[in-house]
Amino acid sequence: MSAGLSPMLHQDLIGCPKCDAVYAVRIPELGQKATCARCHTVLISNKYEAGVRTLALAFAVLVLVLAAAFFPFLSINAAGIGNSVSLLGVATSFRSGVLVLVSVTSVLFIVGLPAVRMALLIYVIVPIELQRQPWPFAHRAFAVAQRLKPWAMTEIFAIGCAVALVKVSGLARLEFGPAFWMFIALSVTVVFCERYLCTWSIWNALERDGAQGVQS
Amino acid sequence: MTCARVWPMEVTRCDRCGHQLRSADRRSLQWVWALWLTGVLAYIPANLYPMLITKTLTGAQSSTIVGGAVEIAKHGDYAIAAIVLIASVVIPIAKFAAIAYLALTVQRGSRATAHQRTLIYEAVEFIGRWSMIDVFVVAILSALVQLSVVASIQPGPAALTFAFSVIFTMLSAQCFDSRLIWSAAEDHGKAQHGG
Repeated sequence: MSAGLSPMLHQDLIGCPKCDAVYAVRIPELGQKATCARCHTVLISNKYEAGVRTLALAFAVLVLVLAAAFFPFLSINAAGIGNSVSLLGVATSFRSGVLVLVSVTSVLFIVGLPAVRMALLIYVIVPIELQRQPWPFAHRAFAVAQRLKPWAMTEIFAIGCAVALVKVSGLARLEFGPAFWMFIALSVTVVFCERYLCTWSIWNALERDGAQGVQS
Repeated sequence: MTCARVWPMEVTRCDRCGHQLRSADRRSLQWVWALWLTGVLAYIPANLYPMLITKTLTGAQSSTIVGGAVEIAKHGDYAIAAIVLIASVVIPIAKFAAIAYLALTVQRGSRATAHQRTLIYEAVEFIGRWSMIDVFVVAILSALVQLSVVASIQPGPAALTFAFSVIFTMLSAQCFDSRLIWSAAEDHGKAQHGG
């Protein structure tokens, strides 16, 4: 289909990442979305000040994630003995055995990858918003950030806390710590951050503002 | 997620995002099946071995995934028991079935429309991560419940194999090229709209 088109024209085309249908690019009106007619995937969304809002929310998530890692999220009390644990505590709770993998991967999915992803997004979006050239390796950074998306599991952890609380209710008394409420706030903030993020617009801006494309 | 830039056939690498360009290719299904099988195999010991080992003054007790959910239900917390059962039993099994179905229908053709199967794929992508709940619960509890002799909780071997199962199934779903659903539908003359 597209083999006969000149390379210049390809810049004005968009291929649906889900089903490969090809369309001519037309930026939707403010507040509207361009969706694939075939599989209804959102191709481009045009929200009011999407870049600044994504940036603000990404900052909020980054600060909350890092803070939440240090505060206790659950505390326990049974027969006069108490214990409270933060995510850093979870990460360092086992020093030996294969099961150390369980706690390390958990903490990676809950705070590590979300923090890295948000830091990368900030790194990519700041120069775009300042109308500057992209910072070095911005293309690579954004590609990694998008790949990490399914592995950032902050909101799942918040539900996990609730399950844990009930699971040992017969054994001891558990209470939520400050970090639990941070994780609830995080889950909501992440959802809004993702809603403002338009993948295509960022790739487009990176290409427009970058003097040269990615070298690899 | 790719950057949606369109290139002529002879270009092999996207100049915008650096992603390698490929037409939807059925050979990618081999990766899907290999990772799928790893996920299924890891899911078997995850159900047979204990997930949590609870030591109290009265003795040690180990519980599997289903056993743990039954115990929660006995306490009367049916909603939480349902969450655990859905996240660790219903979702993984439904996911195995859905990925196998998608891969098979790409290979053999299907009566379901491409749009319906795209919805299944999106559901798999969206819901698969939630199976990690049980792994997180194990990590939380075994770090938190360390009250010397009164009570302590240790993770069982199933925690690790279950985590592997979830991770490999997620990778399997990510390897599945959703464009195959549409190109296969075109081959079978069942496309809904023109490309």
